[in-house]
Amino acid sequence: MSRTHLGLPTFPQAARLSTRDEQLRANLRHATSTIRTKRATATSELSDWPQLRAAGAAIKDHTLHHLDHYLEQLETAVTTAGGTVHWAIDADDANRIITDLIHATGESEVVKVKSMATQETGLNEALTQAGITAYETDLAELIVQLDNDRPSHILVPAIHKNRTQIRDIFHTRMGAWGRPAPDDLTDTPADLAEAARLHLREKFLRTKVAISGANFMIAETGTMVVLESEGNGRMCLTLPDTLITLVGIEKTIPTWRDLEVFLQTLPRSSTAERMNPYTTTWTGTTLGDGPQTFHLVLLDNGRTDTLADTTGRQALRCIRCSACLNVCPVYERAGGHAYGTPYPGPIGAILTPQLHGTTTPLNASLPYASTLCGACYDVCPVAINIPEVLVHLRERITQGGPTTTNGTKTTIKPAKRHTTERTTMRTAAWTLNHPAAWTATQRLTTRTRALHPRRLPGKTARAWTATRDLPPVPARTFRDWWQHRDADAKDTPQ
Amino acid sequence: MTTTSRDEILRRVRQALGDQPGTTPDPTTIPRTYQTTHATRTPEQRTHLLADNLTDYRAHVHHTDTTALPTTIARLLTDHGTRSAVIPPGVPTDWLSATTGIHIHHDHGELTAHQLDTIDTVITGCALAIAETGTIVLDTSPDQGRRILTLVPDHHICIINTPTQVVDSLPQALPHLDPTHPLTWISGPSATSDIELDRVEGVHGPRTLDVILIHDNRD
Repeated sequence: MSRTHLGLPTFPQAARLSTRDEQLRANLRHATSTIRTKRATATSELSDWPQLRAAGAAIKDHTLHHLDHYLEQLETAVTTAGGTVHWAIDADDANRIITDLIHATGESEVVKVKSMATQETGLNEALTQAGITAYETDLAELIVQLDNDRPSHILVPAIHKNRTQIRDIFHTRMGAWGRPAPDDLTDTPADLAEAARLHLREKFLRTKVAISGANFMIAETGTMVVLESEGNGRMCLTLPDTLITLVGIEKTIPTWRDLEVFLQTLPRSSTAERMNPYTTTWTGTTLGDGPQTFHLVLLDNGRTDTLADTTGRQALRCIRCSACLNVCPVYERAGGHAYGTPYPGPIGAILTPQLHGTTTPLNASLPYASTLCGACYDVCPVAINIPEVLVHLRERITQGGPTTTNGTKTTIKPAKRHTTERTTMRTAAWTLNHPAAWTATQRLTTRTRALHPRRLPGKTARAWTATRDLPPVPARTFRDWWQHRDADAKDTPQ
Repeated sequence: MTTTSRDEILRRVRQALGDQPGTTPDPTTIPRTYQTTHATRTPEQRTHLLADNLTDYRAHVHHTDTTALPTTIARLLTDHGTRSAVIPPGVPTDWLSATTGIHIHHDHGELTAHQLDTIDTVITGCALAIAETGTIVLDTSPDQGRRILTLVPDHHICIINTPTQVVDSLPQALPHLDPTHPLTWISGPSATSDIELDRVEGVHGPRTLDVILIHDNRD
């Protein structure tokens, strides 16, 4: 079960509303244009960026192609180092394992480091139902949690809020969760950061259980790696007695040495820094330092189904940097909420339909949430060809075909909603395969060009031309010109 | 007996990889055409770059030698208004020989998070520093102590021996580090980019990072 529910609007429906929100548009335009410029500067510092990018992709592909081997190696290494490894087939499985682990400690509150995996499984909601309060400690996650909102960006979940809106949320909501914001709180980022520091400190000092994700898991050593900025990660990974880390199985990398690639590419691609302020690595447990109990929960939740698709599996290389969101013209205008899932933007448009299938109208609409401009592919630090996967998924939705669902190979039927598109494509294919028919069609088209409407008739065709101009038809076809080019040349004075 | 999630996930992985030949993986075959360092530098240039990059991310960089180190530390403590400081067991006592009027806690693993929250400053060494990224790595050796020490106090003074503890780049740093120790990589003081994607310093970790570079062979 995922957090993508049947009742959520499709991407076009949601985007129709969000693109009219001028405040949202302004906030996103400001934030994404700031980070785009900075990222370009940060990556241009490294003359070997293309080689680092290729190595990152190669390491990830290598790991995915031997994932069974590396997962077993990782499990052995973590266990040897004093950790306990759990395996979760889906979101419910993961939430149940984590809830049971927390109950076993006797605690009823946990601190959390920002984790996409727990967003994906809906862990906070599951914990609430089990009577456990989860405190988000990343600044942006805190803003989203206080406002009872949803994240809209992988790296900066509150990117849709500006400083004044954040000040207002802190003012009205912090008191209900703990230490209230000071009365004279201004909207300068430094003051807002200070308010978050004071609000969360008592929770860090008091809470006995922490939940985190991890950016990387190193199979040969069993080491977990968390990159962060604020120090909330260090607090959660160091102070509590028990640490529970939920990680997607695709976050595995083979060796310690592989970090030399990703620690160069991830910070520059995400926050556009040479290096993020804090990175923590830990291996199992260490006597007298940090949590004395460590649980690693390995999450599948559709990843093995994605792995089964030889074109789509490249999405599993993703290191969640969010560079593709920041350059995407569709994301910048529609905002993250329109994607309806924890993974917005170009990567979300290929990840969500693969992790959770294309049976819901929302998921089936996501591969279309793109202009295929390719900016996402250009910036991706692990060279995921997002446009290629988008087109592949569109093909699967319109034409159906083989796929894997919950570990079972199956064939999905062509979607009902794309009959006009399919009929058009089928007719075009037949015509293009029959030269006489093609010539006749072309001739008819050029001769009637004066009569062509600028907008197509019919419900589906009209929808297509509502946002596009029909291409103008030339007076002569290429074939016609080619056949008569000698005669034309003679007619032209030298 | 029902299939466990572990067995089922591994079964699904193997089924999904049906198109891949089932050979034993060899990670040394991964092409690594990137550079191990982005320039050839003298030890002085390397240290200079480290200082520049630390400063760029708002760490305060100070230069001294072993003889003057106690005076430098004493001055930084005074400037910060420190009333109490904590040192891990491996910090040489002569580092504090010029410091007076400040309560020094010697940590032997017993200080709690609440106690550390009342302590102003922590003074440590480091495992190594990386010039190209302006990064300091702590590996919990005796001169750095438990991770909690460099986390809860709001002011961190970190001492780096140059040029011996400075490497050029990430590829040069990793072979010197032991992943079985918990490692903390620090690049400037605590910061966030969460408000309008703009970096501001100072959230949960130490908000002031003083880095002292020791140059003993200076002419």
